Amino acid sequence: MATKPVQRPLSPHLGIYKWGPAMLVSILHRATGDGMALVGTFLVVAWLACAAAGPDAYAAFMGWFTQADGGLNPLGYLVGIGLTWSLFQHMASGVRHLFLDVGAGYELRVNRQGAVATIAFSAVATIAFWAFVLVGK
Amino acid sequence: MATFTLPKNSVIKKEGRVHKAPAGAKRVKAFKIYRYDPDSGENPRYDRFELDLDDCGPMVLDALIKLKAEADPSLTFRRSCREGICGSCSMNIDGTNTLACTKAIEDVKGEVKITPLPHMDVIKDLVPDFTHFYAQYASIKPWLQTVTPPPSGKERLQSPEDRAKLDGLYECILCACCSTSCPSYWWNSDKFLGPAILLQAYRWLADSRDEMTGERLDSLEDPFRLYRCHTIMNCANTCPKGLNPAKAIAETKKMVAERIV
Repeated sequence: MATKPVQRPLSPHLGIYKWGPAMLVSILHRATGDGMALVGTFLVVAWLACAAAGPDAYAAFMGWFTQADGGLNPLGYLVGIGLTWSLFQHMASGVRHLFLDVGAGYELRVNRQGAVATIAFSAVATIAFWAFVLVGK
Repeated sequence: MATFTLPKNSVIKKEGRVHKAPAGAKRVKAFKIYRYDPDSGENPRYDRFELDLDDCGPMVLDALIKLKAEADPSLTFRRSCREGICGSCSMNIDGTNTLACTKAIEDVKGEVKITPLPHMDVIKDLVPDFTHFYAQYASIKPWLQTVTPPPSGKERLQSPEDRAKLDGLYECILCACCSTSCPSYWWNSDKFLGPAILLQAYRWLADSRDEMTGERLDSLEDPFRLYRCHTIMNCANTCPKGLNPAKAIAETKKMVAERIV
């Protein structure tokens, strides 16, 4: 038999695997954490730098996210809601990890409910936060 | 490193061969099956097989055996016991890893899509290469290790309570469904041991007769070998034996922490 070296193919993985709540919450924990660390840190530094640079720079910074009347523009809402949702989702799944780290919540049903609960919490908390900001004043 | 797309030689071509159900079949079920022929040198493809459920056993393995016998004898897969104890027929069916012999065809809605265990080197069709997986298993020294001399003329005894600690661990059949369901294992299988091997490692940590607990923990305490587990829980959700590798890994992490505290 001829023996030519064969580069074996890699079987499909991410593209074919069926997602569940726990898998989703796990990747959301990373995505929201990285999102806050990258976008959040950049914005805080930019905000402080612009504030230090003077009134014009500060007004330019605020102009990225607000309209002339002082309300948020679409980008302002996207970043604002994105960061608050990230905070609530990351916080909720962080608390879930505290339980998992002490060895609790590994039964399939309980674990699934915990994962779903973090998503529900972050949705409700984000809506409540923005309802308070926009309507509650 | 995580690479989310398939390498060039692994991209699956859509168009494959089609094997129609026999004429007059009433309950036709379609199977979309991953095919790779190492002799052709071509990329993998999906073949479509149809069969008559009225003329087939209830499990996915029954269908595979029938398709191999009647439609395409080159269809390649591992199987042996057909009752969920040998672990040979582990594969991805309908998006989750399981044993073809214990997965009912009826439980899959629509077309039954079958691929090899995820993120493994494919030898042929549904047969992945287990060499690395078995080497990782050997690395945890999966046998009873002792330093004290055995009691003369007797076995090393274990109380029923201590024996009960091995329940949920000894049942593992090393089918690799859990390890190959784990994204951490997909991206870091070169260094991360993966759920199956870590459950096996905990099986010996939990054994009251084993006297190498400290050494076993030393070898596991590593950023990759143990701590790449991020409790994604795919392992426990997919285990065809209903075991919980994630829980075993959590207990191992606690043992590492407890000996420091």
